[in-house]
Amino acid sequence: MSGFFAGLVGAVVEAWAELRIHRTRVLLSLIGVAVAVAAITSVVGVGSLAEQAQRELNERSGGRPALLAVSAYSDTGTIDAEDFQAAFDVAVERYSIDYTSRNGYGGRTVQFADGATEVGIITSDIDYAVMHRTKVAEGHWFTEQDENRLAPAVIINDEMWKRLGSPPLSSHPVVEFTGQSDIVAVITGVMPPQLYQEGYYEVRMLPSAWERIATPEELEMNTPSYEMWVPPALAEELTELLKRDVAGALGEGALVDVYRQDYEAQLGGEDPYQSLKLVIGGVAALVLFLGALSLVNISLVTVKQRIREIGIRRSFGATAGRVFFAVMMESLVGTIVAGFVGVIVAFFVVTNPWVVDNVAQGVEDLPALPIEAAIIGMIAATAVGALAGLLPALVAVRVKVIDAIRY
Amino acid sequence: MTLLRLEQVTRSVQLPDASPLEILKGVDLEVNVGDHVSIVGRSGSGKSTLLNLLGLLDNPTSGEIFFDDEPVRHLRSGKRDRKRGSDIGFIFQQFNLLPGRTALENVVTPLLYAPGAQFWRRTSLAKEMLDRVGLSARMDSMPDKLSGGEQQRVAIARALVRRPRLILADEPTGALDIETGESVMALLDEVAEQSGAALITITHDANVAALARRHYRLDSGVLSPVDVTKVLELAAPEVTL
Repeated sequence: MSGFFAGLVGAVVEAWAELRIHRTRVLLSLIGVAVAVAAITSVVGVGSLAEQAQRELNERSGGRPALLAVSAYSDTGTIDAEDFQAAFDVAVERYSIDYTSRNGYGGRTVQFADGATEVGIITSDIDYAVMHRTKVAEGHWFTEQDENRLAPAVIINDEMWKRLGSPPLSSHPVVEFTGQSDIVAVITGVMPPQLYQEGYYEVRMLPSAWERIATPEELEMNTPSYEMWVPPALAEELTELLKRDVAGALGEGALVDVYRQDYEAQLGGEDPYQSLKLVIGGVAALVLFLGALSLVNISLVTVKQRIREIGIRRSFGATAGRVFFAVMMESLVGTIVAGFVGVIVAFFVVTNPWVVDNVAQGVEDLPALPIEAAIIGMIAATAVGALAGLLPALVAVRVKVIDAIRY
Repeated sequence: MTLLRLEQVTRSVQLPDASPLEILKGVDLEVNVGDHVSIVGRSGSGKSTLLNLLGLLDNPTSGEIFFDDEPVRHLRSGKRDRKRGSDIGFIFQQFNLLPGRTALENVVTPLLYAPGAQFWRRTSLAKEMLDRVGLSARMDSMPDKLSGGEQQRVAIARALVRRPRLILADEPTGALDIETGESVMALLDEVAEQSGAALITITHDANVAALARRHYRLDSGVLSPVDVTKVLELAAPEVTL
């Protein structure tokens, strides 16, 4: 056992000495590996950032998986909003669902300094922001306190904010709804600018606020729909149960529709990033292959040069296994260190603000270091090291000692 | 006590499109513990092939080699390598110090393959050995900063650091001037005698060969004992490697 341990330590000491003595050669050859690993890790890392950005973009519109939309109709007339709300609340309570939102639409005329304009109203609950990764550009999203405001809290779109003169929210700017009764609402947030919204004005408010300003006719015309965020594994089962329970509670003639509206469901189980992953994987594999090829090349050439040295070592009693191990270790230790350096470089590339801004602007769950990329980088470095070490090591053990010494 | 014994050893190689070439023919040799044997021979007489066989680096075509009265032909490769490491020390004509390593690191190298205490005490053992060959002041010098004589002393320290029982010296003074060669041989002889190791010197230098107690001549693959006076007579220019 002691002999084995001494042998193991000896092999490591030997490999380390080799690395130290041939540092210039090793450094030059390992720069290629470090660059290859940095490239593969960066490509995978930037790819996963892009994937996350795409995912979050999808989740903003369709909601996070699995998002169930619940709506109800009647073939005999209209659905009573209160009955629908009660039936939905019972179901939410029964299945212990944490995130729900009641969504609806409406419209109002708003008095601006330069005239009155029709604006769209979107109503949604506090949880909506979590379920759709909604972020405001200014101010804050709705909170529990906003439920109790006398003047409703509203979040307006960027276009409307600009028309109002972009007033600072700390000055508590208001918006005036005109109609049967004039209502003043306090602007508490501004949505980020969006494409193709020029001249379109939109106001978001809590459903409770909308109920206070809407006429009974408006409420009857626009039956709200409901959303809930549930674990994807339970989505299918819950869909059926909710249809049954809510329809049962609303009584005969009520048609209840429950369906998944998140992007995953719309893609029918296919990986939406498959093609992106394939392209990234292909580029990364090519980069790594070239790095490995240059390392194998350099390793083979250097073993040819070191044949005399290997012969001398064999004359001292180095077994073929030991020579094999030492050459392999030299390659492995070197490439693992190079791989680590490559991963560190990739980390700085992937977390660089310029890269993040250009690839994943607005990503909410930005991974500090894409672990997947780091793992792939290190595995790649180790595999390249093993491959680059194997061929020279096989050459090294086949050396004829005296011939090698006189080489 | 017999350390190494060769019995009717032959070695031949198969040349393409030709009959086998017999390099060694029926070689008999017995080397005892503490013995000092010299072998002289012309170039192409089979000295390298004999060195390979004595150093357990090759197997004979026929005949048998015994080390400690045990036949070595059937030893497995790893065991044979370990035996070579522990019992045989090599000294080469061109010193063959490992480049880029100090004198001390060169002497430490064989101890990297030693088991147990020798491995763990490798630095102190190497320092002791360099001290014995008079190089304690040059331990941190690189080979290219050492003179030929100093390099060969490092090579001697390296060959002896594992306390081998057999030292194989292949033209140990071949790359040195006469004076340095003599002092190196005197040192080698002294250190080998102190450690009780057997020394086999393969050389073309009759004066070096004459330092041995027993003398052999290898001629066309045939090894035969010669008298020391005969050896000195052979100190003619034609006896070269």
